[in-house]
Amino acid sequence: VSAIEQMYQQVILDHAKEAHGRGLAPPVGASVGESFQVNTTCGDEVRLRVGIEGDRVASLTWEGQGCSISQASVSILHDLVLGATLDDTRAVEAAFLALMQARGEEPDAATEDLLGDATAFVGVGRYPARIKCALLGWMALKDALIQANVPPERRDS
Amino acid sequence: MLADLRSDFPALAREGRNGRPLIYLDSAATSQKPGQVLRAEADFYRFSNGAVGRGAHLLAEEATEAFEGARAEVAAFVGAGADQLVWAENATAALNLVASGIGNASQGVGGDAGKSFAVGEGDEIVVTESEHHANLIPWQILARRTGATLRWIAVDDAGRLDLGSLADVVGARARIVAFQHASNVTGIIHPVEAIVMDACQTAPHVPLDLATLGVDFAAFSGHKMLGPTGIGALYGRAELLNALPPSIFGGSTVKTVTMTETTWLDAPQRFEAGSQPVAQAVGFGAAVRYLGALGMDSVAAHERALGERLRRGVEAIDGVRLLGPSGSSGENLLGLAAFVVDGVHPHDVGQVLDDAGIAVRVGHHCAQPLHRRLGVPNSTRASAYVYTTEAEVDAFLASLAGVRAFFGLRAVTA
Repeated sequence: VSAIEQMYQQVILDHAKEAHGRGLAPPVGASVGESFQVNTTCGDEVRLRVGIEGDRVASLTWEGQGCSISQASVSILHDLVLGATLDDTRAVEAAFLALMQARGEEPDAATEDLLGDATAFVGVGRYPARIKCALLGWMALKDALIQANVPPERRDS
Repeated sequence: MLADLRSDFPALAREGRNGRPLIYLDSAATSQKPGQVLRAEADFYRFSNGAVGRGAHLLAEEATEAFEGARAEVAAFVGAGADQLVWAENATAALNLVASGIGNASQGVGGDAGKSFAVGEGDEIVVTESEHHANLIPWQILARRTGATLRWIAVDDAGRLDLGSLADVVGARARIVAFQHASNVTGIIHPVEAIVMDACQTAPHVPLDLATLGVDFAAFSGHKMLGPTGIGALYGRAELLNALPPSIFGGSTVKTVTMTETTWLDAPQRFEAGSQPVAQAVGFGAAVRYLGALGMDSVAAHERALGERLRRGVEAIDGVRLLGPSGSSGENLLGLAAFVVDGVHPHDVGQVLDDAGIAVRVGHHCAQPLHRRLGVPNSTRASAYVYTTEAEVDAFLASLAGVRAFFGLRAVTA
């Protein structure tokens, strides 16, 4: 499999064609947040809304326009994060960021379980110019959670 | 037809992605450099490096000669005298130098001489809808700073200026008209009749005689015309340059300084505060010497032929829309083609081409209002230069024809 085929895996092309969670809806939950992110190099954009109920992401919708990598990434983010606990959300966020920084290195089995379809983005790590595309939705999520008053790291004890 | 000059360009011999031969079609963004330019820059550091315009020792003298000699060469290349050419960091800085200088003049900097530039409420600044951001934002800011009004000449569906509206838009209140000589997106070369001209996309590609064009100011950059990065130039009519106050203040620019007042040297020195990009200027001089030896008429003919081949090829591919006029329009266009591939984002188009060793530009090319007007958020652009061959254009077209299939999209039937 060539590097470019490793980047554009079928699951990514499928999500790009039929994205999940696309179409903004009023957020549901006790605290809500919204973020708008633009990739300044190409003008790609994502607006993402979250609603938090208890310790779970109760709603997540988005709209955006951009390349297959950026749009598929938000679609998969939606599937991973909607309904997840905040702890799991933080774990998957951190794992995805690490995947982007791994220069195409395959993740271990535990990380692969955590990331599910998002593991398909492993090939993007070989193309530094495209990492920002894959992270666009994740940056929107991070900011939307801050807007919803969810601290970025849980401080137990 | 240009002589075979590809061996002059070391970068063209390297490999592209996956070990494929590199096909460089991004010269409108930045050109590759011939060995002659690289050597001129290196030789300056090797043999003649000294502080320019300060000191009387041998190296200072040689450095000053090299620096001022390059100024004369670059000025002559665009039909100007050395006293009409100011070095700037790039064309963006050159355009900002004019806009900020006018802003300063409007606030009383530069005394009586500067007053002729002052703009304020009731005055109008005119730009076009197809400007590069570098020739739009400085004027937006100047309008905000002075209370003047920003107006613009609209473009049609192909990106041509609506010159029918010229008399209406450029009226009695118009004090400044700022426009690009050619579009970096559509490749259209606009007719000239105005004041501040962005010549970034024409100085490298067509013969240019600024004095004959009658513009007041013009900006262009070295790195797009075989020269180094970090250097551009501002051309200005001498009497205007000597009246425009500077916007960067410092050493080497002043006649007299007291604790409360400063008077400036004549141009170009008044605009060149602090240490200057000397080696870059020397490299820029070598670049225009190289282009001059090729002959700008030959360069323009070579690029026009490649541009037509590019545009005709792009518009012949199913599911691809060419921006700007058709390749068979017979119009005077630059050697470039910007286009959108139906159903495939430019980043994805560029990635597939890069996989075949082909370098193109993707994005909005710093011309968001123009893209908005053409009904697309962004595009992919292939641009040719002196070293580009027909075979490279054909290889690019063959790869482009396969892009939609790579993403599983069917052929479009017209």
